Amino acid sequence: MSTTPRALVAMDVAAGLALAVATGMVFFYAPLERVMGAVQKVFYFHVAAGWVGMLGFGLAAVAGIAYLVTRRSRWDLLGVAAVEIGLVFTLINVVTGMIWARPVWNTWWTWDPRLTTATIMELVYVAYLMLRQGIEDPERRARFGAVYAIVGFLSVPLTFFSIRIFRTIHPVVLGGGDPTVTGAFAMTPRMTQTLMVSLVAFSLLFMALLWHRLRLGELGERVEQLRLKLQS
Amino acid sequence: MKATGAVSFWQATLAVLWKDLAAEWRSRELLSAMLVFALLVIFIFNFALELQTQLRASLSAGVLWVTLTFAGTLGLNRSLAVEKDRGCLDGLLLAPVDRAAIYAGKALANWVFMLIVAAIMLPLFGLFYNASLILPGVVLVVLLGSEGYVAVGTLLASMAVQARTRDILLPILLFPVVIPVVVAAVKATGGYLQTLPLEEIRPWLNLLGVYDVIFTSVAFMVFDSILEE
Repeated sequence: MSTTPRALVAMDVAAGLALAVATGMVFFYAPLERVMGAVQKVFYFHVAAGWVGMLGFGLAAVAGIAYLVTRRSRWDLLGVAAVEIGLVFTLINVVTGMIWARPVWNTWWTWDPRLTTATIMELVYVAYLMLRQGIEDPERRARFGAVYAIVGFLSVPLTFFSIRIFRTIHPVVLGGGDPTVTGAFAMTPRMTQTLMVSLVAFSLLFMALLWHRLRLGELGERVEQLRLKLQS
Repeated sequence: MKATGAVSFWQATLAVLWKDLAAEWRSRELLSAMLVFALLVIFIFNFALELQTQLRASLSAGVLWVTLTFAGTLGLNRSLAVEKDRGCLDGLLLAPVDRAAIYAGKALANWVFMLIVAAIMLPLFGLFYNASLILPGVVLVVLLGSEGYVAVGTLLASMAVQARTRDILLPILLFPVVIPVVVAAVKATGGYLQTLPLEEIRPWLNLLGVYDVIFTSVAFMVFDSILEE
């Protein structure tokens, strides 16, 4: 029985510490936004969770291509792990966004490109998991999963552009944008630093979770092989 | 497996297309189901939305595309399920032709079915709602939109029919991925129906074109790995 590798324990600790530091910075270091007040603080984890969600889905598409080329089951494990983590973080992203939108936009939900795209993306990857659940043969499950991860990831930017040609009210905080949009604000250096720390913390958390999920997948495969051996 | 020279890619594609059209000509299962279903959807929309004269112009584009999208899933599922059930897929796979040609043939056949349904739907829709939908622009949008829909749909349907949950799986796999097609097609059709200037419609046509090119090429690249055993 293999125990948890040292490096993984170190990564867990690093992710936990970074999250604690980021939380502390959000509450005590980052200044209070003048117009929106305390609710603006959700922004730091909102953006970080969105980033990790995209990272997960992008990684799943890359793992899909790698699987179709090499046909090694490790890539398939990586793909599922990345999709599962991406789903959780995209959900966090959408829910924190709604918490912020209620006081700032005065509504839980609008049909804005980013909101809509994030939610459609969530549905794409729920469909991915449902597709996998319907297939017993692991090799075929891996192939179909890889194909769908690629197709799904390609559709996301097109969905975004298709909805963006409608007018948007989502603030573009990073990389300029229209300052007249409701809820837009200029970032002070302290805000930028807090955001960067949050991004690093969530990325570390992503890597630690991914590693755990990969180990779980490998153990699952071993159990399946042992069961087959027992049956024969 | 590569084409052995005797059968070229296009010959194989046309053979698969011809097979599907001939089978459909004899049974008329798929088209009749799609058409009756499409009619029913139009009627349900009429009652659900109480389509009135003044609302119709802006709503018809949406109703038209929802109808085509739903009827399309029915056709796609059937077209691939037939191959799977009676072991025809194994026969196709044994043929010494490029796998992509099988995909091209099936996709072309599904495209033809979608276009036939649309060709009957458009005048009927106009008849029921006393509006003319047969404009050159709308025809162009139907061609572009159904191509993208069928390119992705044929690929995903060939995965869905090999899964245990196949009857419910195709719409769940297909709809989130074809949302760009539906949005752009509804907007472009609505634009033509309201005779908006071309500058306002062109972004949507561009989007449809980009979608068609990207997803048709991706489908060609990955189809090999769907039919492997």
